[in-house]
Amino acid sequence: MGFVTTFLSIVVLLPIAALVWTSGKHGWHEFWTVVSAPEAVAALKLTLGAAVIVSALNAVLGTITAWVLVRDDFAGTRLMNAVIDLPFALPTVVGGLTLLALYGPSSPLGVNIAFTRTAIVLALLFETLPFVVRTVQPVLHELDRESEEAARSLGAGEVRVFRSIVLPNILPGILSGVALAFARAVGEIGSIVLISGNLPFKTEVAAVFVFNHIQSGDQNGASAVAVVMLLISFLLLLVIGGVRYLTTRHERRA
Amino acid sequence: MRRFGLRAIAVFYLLTVLLGPLSMVFYRAFKSGLHPLWTSLSDPNTIHAFKLTLEITAIAVPVNTVFGIICALAIVRRRFPGAGIVNAIVDLPLALSPVVVGLMLFLLYGRTGWFGSFFQDHGIQILFATPAMVIATIFVSLPFVAREVVPTLRELGDEQEQAAHTLGASGWQTFWRVTLPSIRWAVVYGVVLTTARCLGEYGAVAVVSGHIEGKTETATLRVQDYYENFNQTGSYGIAIVLAAISVIVLLAMTIIRPKEAT
Repeated sequence: MGFVTTFLSIVVLLPIAALVWTSGKHGWHEFWTVVSAPEAVAALKLTLGAAVIVSALNAVLGTITAWVLVRDDFAGTRLMNAVIDLPFALPTVVGGLTLLALYGPSSPLGVNIAFTRTAIVLALLFETLPFVVRTVQPVLHELDRESEEAARSLGAGEVRVFRSIVLPNILPGILSGVALAFARAVGEIGSIVLISGNLPFKTEVAAVFVFNHIQSGDQNGASAVAVVMLLISFLLLLVIGGVRYLTTRHERRA
Repeated sequence: MRRFGLRAIAVFYLLTVLLGPLSMVFYRAFKSGLHPLWTSLSDPNTIHAFKLTLEITAIAVPVNTVFGIICALAIVRRRFPGAGIVNAIVDLPLALSPVVVGLMLFLLYGRTGWFGSFFQDHGIQILFATPAMVIATIFVSLPFVAREVVPTLRELGDEQEQAAHTLGASGWQTFWRVTLPSIRWAVVYGVVLTTARCLGEYGAVAVVSGHIEGKTETATLRVQDYYENFNQTGSYGIAIVLAAISVIVLLAMTIIRPKEAT
């Protein structure tokens, strides 16, 4: 017990304290001036915008993929199931490099998206691909298909069946998957750093902003944006915890 | 008809985002033949980078495995006040940017940092050296073992442990003979995930390493270094070595997962 708290304090809490202290030591006013500087605002806006787009795409495409993996059965499903986790296993820099190989300057397809915002979205899609699939898949797998059959025999159309029976069941899974994907998208650097060009005001995401400002010795700027990112992480953990709390409500009562 | 529509969307999605780009990396690495590939891979700095990555992993994985098991036992078995908070803190590295982690350590151990002068006075180099890189890697790969073991422990219940206890087994005996055998696949799965994370870490290590070629450059940093210095073959070469390791990790994951489910 003591070991766990001591370890967590040294490895996790102490560094967080150092960050919060550094960003706040010149007072609230200074923090606000630094964080509302145009370059910082541009980086944060770009990051959040990209995270929203990626989360939305993940919610739809991830659910479809999970659906195909559970309900469809063709030669490719087993292979598909195996490769879903690849982005988890693959180093992020390698992920970025793979995208450059196909969509970069010497693309065999003739599409060069390097140094654009599209590249950022694509890199984030690559890195966050497994989250929604892996949170929705087990729920879909355990879902009782009888209620769907019943609804169908009572004359409900496919859309109605999905909306009133399947969706309410898998929604918590989608939400926690999306929250994880969002968190990952906000903090991502490895897959973006090679492909985005990191141009301030254009393709510089928050994590790269923090990195560049550490390199140039601007600790205040880096810390201020990092604190905002830390707050976003805390918020998302709260969302994930909340979803988990609501979905296990019945189990805990029993 | 709709079934095929969905299937087409899912296959197209995986091909454009994942499999297409991945197959291109292999093509790029071998495009100019085996010789340049071998020259880049056998470069002393590249070998050093791989060695450093393995060293860091070899320290971080055991530390996080021991911590993860103890932490999971504490969360599930001891219902202490604040277990929820411990749970949330363990999850934090999953949601936090690795660059922010790097910055935190920078502020803690840097020249002007809280402990910077202390370690400097004692002649111990933390930042821009292996210690900071190890700490950073431990931070980002902290949750995986605990995350896998917690649900397994919960499902297991503590009846067997109590039985062992009543029969006179000590705490250690109960752990080695009863608890550990039942959670071993969850532990192995967690270790596999932790290893993958350690080998592939980029953001946190990039901040605290100082990126010194042949000294504090890990394999992932070397990929970037090669790419930015227009050695594409070298960059893609290291990438496929790392990708090959990932595929092995992935295979291990697929083999272990069903066992865990039963």
